[in-house]
Amino acid sequence: MSRPLSWAKANLFGSPASSLLTVLTLALLWQVVPPLVDWALIGASWGAGDPERCRAAGGACWTLLTERHRLMLFGVYPYDQHWRPALAVALFIALLAISANRRCWKPWLGGAWALAVMIFAALMWGGVLGLAPVETSQWGGLPLTLVIAVLAIAVAFPFSILLALGRRSGLPAIRAVSVGYIELVRGVPLVSVLFMASVMFPLFLPEGMTIDKVLRALVGMTLFTAAYLAEAVRGGLQAIPRGQFEAADALGLGYWRSMRLIILPQALRLVIPPIVNQFITCFKDTSLVTIVGLYDLLAASKAALNDPAWRPYFVEGYLAAALVYFCFCFFMSRYSQWLERDLRQGNR
Amino acid sequence: MASLWSNLRFRGLLYQVLVVGAVVALGGWLVHNTLVNLAARGIATGLGFLGREAGFDISESVIAFSPSDTYARALLVGLLNTLVVSGLGIVSATVLGTLIGVARLSGNWLVGRLSTVYIESIRNVPLLLQLFVWYGVVTSLPVARLALHPLPGVFLSNRGLVIPGLDWSQGWLPILDIPHLAGFNFVGGLTLSPEFAALLAGLTVYTAAFIAEIVRAGILAVPKGQTEAALSLGLSRGQILRLVILPQALRVIVPPLTSQYLNIAKNSPLAIAIGYPDLVAVSNTAINQTGQAVEGVALVMVVFLGISLALSALMNWYNKRVALVTR
Repeated sequence: MSRPLSWAKANLFGSPASSLLTVLTLALLWQVVPPLVDWALIGASWGAGDPERCRAAGGACWTLLTERHRLMLFGVYPYDQHWRPALAVALFIALLAISANRRCWKPWLGGAWALAVMIFAALMWGGVLGLAPVETSQWGGLPLTLVIAVLAIAVAFPFSILLALGRRSGLPAIRAVSVGYIELVRGVPLVSVLFMASVMFPLFLPEGMTIDKVLRALVGMTLFTAAYLAEAVRGGLQAIPRGQFEAADALGLGYWRSMRLIILPQALRLVIPPIVNQFITCFKDTSLVTIVGLYDLLAASKAALNDPAWRPYFVEGYLAAALVYFCFCFFMSRYSQWLERDLRQGNR
Repeated sequence: MASLWSNLRFRGLLYQVLVVGAVVALGGWLVHNTLVNLAARGIATGLGFLGREAGFDISESVIAFSPSDTYARALLVGLLNTLVVSGLGIVSATVLGTLIGVARLSGNWLVGRLSTVYIESIRNVPLLLQLFVWYGVVTSLPVARLALHPLPGVFLSNRGLVIPGLDWSQGWLPILDIPHLAGFNFVGGLTLSPEFAALLAGLTVYTAAFIAEIVRAGILAVPKGQTEAALSLGLSRGQILRLVILPQALRVIVPPLTSQYLNIAKNSPLAIAIGYPDLVAVSNTAINQTGQAVEGVALVMVVFLGISLALSALMNWYNKRVALVTR
């Protein structure tokens, strides 16, 4: 028997039940796939045009993306300035790719990120180097999603390490404060935290002091992410053998030095996969800022579909936005799996 | 002074006093600012608003509600809606997730591949985006007169999903109440509103992808030798699954499953984006009308903390029952 045939016998027709399952699945696919191909490729309308063109074609309306992709990607940012957010996004993605390489995990990488955030701010805000100033209320689309995700993670991460250390601390008052914060935040929905950030922050601050809408959402995301990250870090701290703590004490290291030099480097390495998973969650969760009225990628896509003429083609629009989210999240999850294997090899 | 500084107990005490002092000072500063701001804007404080007339209607509710009822009752309606959608979501996501998790492990290549595609594509796309799509699909269904009719007694239209229900009004034996079209709408049966149907579908499909991975990991955690040992004892396949694999897999499955159940409850407030009146949506309306944001948000947080704690307690009790008993 040839190889494909024996493969099919083993993997598709291994037993009567398996054969039945294969036949049923094939029948289902036969029902679903041809109409799908017909819709997405054969009957679809491509290239520039108006909604009329899509109605005439009858299939998927990819024309929507040709016509509206800039609104979806950059929101209400001034149209003639779109090269600025595009450049800012390219910068972040390039740096993300560099950070994925373990050989680049050096102190300069942190500096590179700080520099990138500054360049990002200069590009988006403008007002320097002859760039026209743009208010944050006009920021939108993918750059907003990226900046909220990156800054929330960057600020939440050190904060979460402090919280995790506090939770494992021998000092009862510090432990109580950390546990209280972590459990309180983990018990409430992110939507509530974001509402609190957007509605109540103005009340919390002294009169006359206002705080930017994007910054409010960012603070909400940061406070929320920190609690979850702290639990991931705590997992790593708990996995460090007691002897490591005792050895650090025996060397005469103080608390902070033993944490910085002995415990945290080992603990953080253990929990890189759960931390990356938390990054993925945070990236997906940035879409919730839609609810408090920011124009992130999801809200901008929704706005692009607001025109009644385009509204029937919402599936195409959301599919495109989903693909963008998918690319980022899928890359991160695959990367975390690869990293897990790679680190385990190093331990041997 | 230096000797005092090197005294570990003193230093620990000092750190604690500093941290607690900072937290108290921050809290006090925020409360002070809030009170000043509220007074400046003429907003009342306290829970007195709960007893006043709400004045707004709620589109769907488990218990009777009219605009002349109190805010407290409106919030109760919202809470019940949250509980209904979370409860149903937990049940349906568990069923779907288990099926897909088992399918991913099946020896059948085609079925395994399809499950993988499902899990990867659903997990990596935000839930809110999926909810928008579901809501768009449900609201662009045909009108009631041309409703889709996939199964007898089940109708899909832009009025939502209509399914057969049980009629308890004719004495103590329920009668199956099959809906039928009368004029422009359906009579009889249970009607799920488009918002409810979209939210339930979104929560189910999204969480099922995570539950599938948990179930798969749980089953894989049972060593192969266990199945072989059970086979050599002469147990049938069904018995092996029920008596050997499942009890051991559950030990691995239950703790992460608990956090997925909590996630369903905590994701249900996304309802606000598609207009289902859950607790957060109702409290937002109340906040807009009364201006009492602090009380409204605090109430929601307290209720969700309560739900989280209750659900954790329940699942921890169950976890103890299935956990490994060692000497």
